[in-house]
Amino acid sequence: MNRPDSKVVNAIHQASFIKGDALDIPTLKVLDPQGVVIEGAQMPDIDEALALKIYDTLAFIRVFDERMVASQRQGRISFYMTCKGEEAAITGSAAALSDDDMIMAQYREQAALRFRGFSTPNFMNQLFSNSKDLGKGRQMPIHYGSNELNYMTISSPLATQIPQAAGYAYGQKLQGKDAVTICYFGEGAASEGDFHAGLNMAAVLRTPTIFFCRNNGYAISTGTEEQYAGDGIAPRGVGYGIETIRVDGNDLLAVLLATQTAREYALKHNKPVLIEAMSYRLGAHSTSDDPSGYRSKEEEDLWAQIDGVLRFKTWMVAQGWWDEDKEAAIYEAYRTEVLSELKVSEKIGAPALDELVTDVYHDVPKHLQEQLSELKTHIAKYPDAYPSAKGESH
Amino acid sequence: MAQMNLLHAINSALDHAMEQNDRVLCFGEDVGHFGGVFRATSGLQEKFGKDRCFNTPLVEQGILGFANGLAAQGSVPIAEIQFADYIFPAFDQIVNETAKFRYRSGNEFNVGSLVIRTPYGGGIAGGLYHSQSPEAYFTGTPGIKVVVPRNPYQAKGLLTACINDEDPVIFFEPKRLYRASIGEVPEESYEIELGKAEVVSEGSDVTLLGWGAQMEIIEQACEMAKEQGISCEIIDLRTLSPWDVETVAKSVTKTGRLIISHEAPITGGFAGEISATISDKCFLHLESPIGRVCGLDTPYPLMQEKEYVADKYKIFEAIKASVNF
Repeated sequence: MNRPDSKVVNAIHQASFIKGDALDIPTLKVLDPQGVVIEGAQMPDIDEALALKIYDTLAFIRVFDERMVASQRQGRISFYMTCKGEEAAITGSAAALSDDDMIMAQYREQAALRFRGFSTPNFMNQLFSNSKDLGKGRQMPIHYGSNELNYMTISSPLATQIPQAAGYAYGQKLQGKDAVTICYFGEGAASEGDFHAGLNMAAVLRTPTIFFCRNNGYAISTGTEEQYAGDGIAPRGVGYGIETIRVDGNDLLAVLLATQTAREYALKHNKPVLIEAMSYRLGAHSTSDDPSGYRSKEEEDLWAQIDGVLRFKTWMVAQGWWDEDKEAAIYEAYRTEVLSELKVSEKIGAPALDELVTDVYHDVPKHLQEQLSELKTHIAKYPDAYPSAKGESH
Repeated sequence: MAQMNLLHAINSALDHAMEQNDRVLCFGEDVGHFGGVFRATSGLQEKFGKDRCFNTPLVEQGILGFANGLAAQGSVPIAEIQFADYIFPAFDQIVNETAKFRYRSGNEFNVGSLVIRTPYGGGIAGGLYHSQSPEAYFTGTPGIKVVVPRNPYQAKGLLTACINDEDPVIFFEPKRLYRASIGEVPEESYEIELGKAEVVSEGSDVTLLGWGAQMEIIEQACEMAKEQGISCEIIDLRTLSPWDVETVAKSVTKTGRLIISHEAPITGGFAGEISATISDKCFLHLESPIGRVCGLDTPYPLMQEKEYVADKYKIFEAIKASVNF
């Protein structure tokens, strides 16, 4: 606090505004729309092994999303959300991280979890809310989480993970860990108060957090022109004094480069970074949504042409690391695996009734023990009315 | 033992906790160098450094979001909300995040180390926004414990227990008593068990139940009743969630009468919950309807504060009505 009044150095004597669109934030691109490296572009740190791991994740998620939407349509699971269109942004950013880095996602980032090593049965058990679900069948499908893989369990309320990611990273910094926290959210969630709270706190308290905004064009049906005025989310980072970069979210190499650079900066300076990845939600918001009510097929087709998975594949082929035989084989293998794991998981029974009252607190308090006991007595009187008494999985 | 006021007792508990575990952090608005607007965190930044005791920007939802992240990470955050009246911007982080963190993840993650400290209650000419007692908004939320101390000894022991507890806790501090309540407090660290009510004084005719700053008012009403030959048993609930049904039910079984008094408005207040449970447990032992002496169902007023509050005269009248029913 050093006023009366240092700002006077920059004094003006005619009333004139800084224009709301004065910041013309550029977009980082490495690949052109066809998947060819743009001349002079800086390359991310990537070798064949990493590229193959990334592509493996992309292929799995494409197959998995398609298969699970179909399962929802068949009534086998209640709900689903795809990553479609944003796989490159999610996988490219996750691939820039260390396994010790915490991932706090919004809900559409299953590719990052897969990249960390979440198994097909783990995904499936969560979707079927069965007794092997790590979350004990308590949350709707797609609310994954894994302590072992440093992937924070998904919470439905939007943007709550943003200030949490600031706090998590502050703890990492204080304990001298060589790790950062990445926080994913959409451009819609960036309208929530928690976005502003979280970015401001991270900037002021100097936390090594990577805020990763997936600007995918839509918050359910609401397009960006009804979500914000001005040049997207990136200028807000600058407003909070945060190092900021905008990147082509359908350009996996650019996302990887941006996130690798962000991670290095965050760790070195103990400061946050904001990345805005410009992409498009090719799928519906969820299986409960029908995009034909608010956007055109033509618009979707335009974005499908610059699909990030396709562009990355083209680049892989050009490196001599991928070909159509491998492509056919991996998709076939994942279709088979997903189908067979689905059949296994859907037959696994529901979590035990006792789990209804565990984990509310560290120990089950007396009143909850009593409530469970009363519930069991009641269920015993009406066994036909309750799935748990009939031994049904759902 | 040392003479401490309630603020000193809280400061002492925080000091011990930060001394014993370097993962303990204290933060909130004006909490750092200034030591908080009430000085509860006085001297902590000087002693433990700016990394561990610090100011935050003025954003309650951010403070609680930040605290949730820290707790999930393995730190021990003690977050201060400057007045309980200003906790509502953080309501979502507390109700949807703090309280559900362990349950929703199947115990993959938890924020059990978190303590939220916040001054509550009236009697300081604070009007609408420096007087509220919002405990019942949180007792209705499974997954978070709610604790309120009545004096310096209780404050230090209960706060220490909250910090060491494996569940998140909201610790409501009776700010009217911050400097007014003085008592003997051990200088060393100690805990008072959560979830246990305390029978403050024994009696035979009627049970008086409350928590926090209201205990002092209840004790005054008890003295008035004593002069009329009425013997009151006084219980401090201390932990409101989960609460000690057994101790209260045992007392009411003995006295046959119960009066509950709190500062918050009567409708939707926690006295209603206690009343329903005790009616259920003690129905055949009750000699009169359970009485509730609480705030009116209005916002907390300024000029009519004395008329509004559940004072000793109102409690005394309720005692007589109960005994003479």
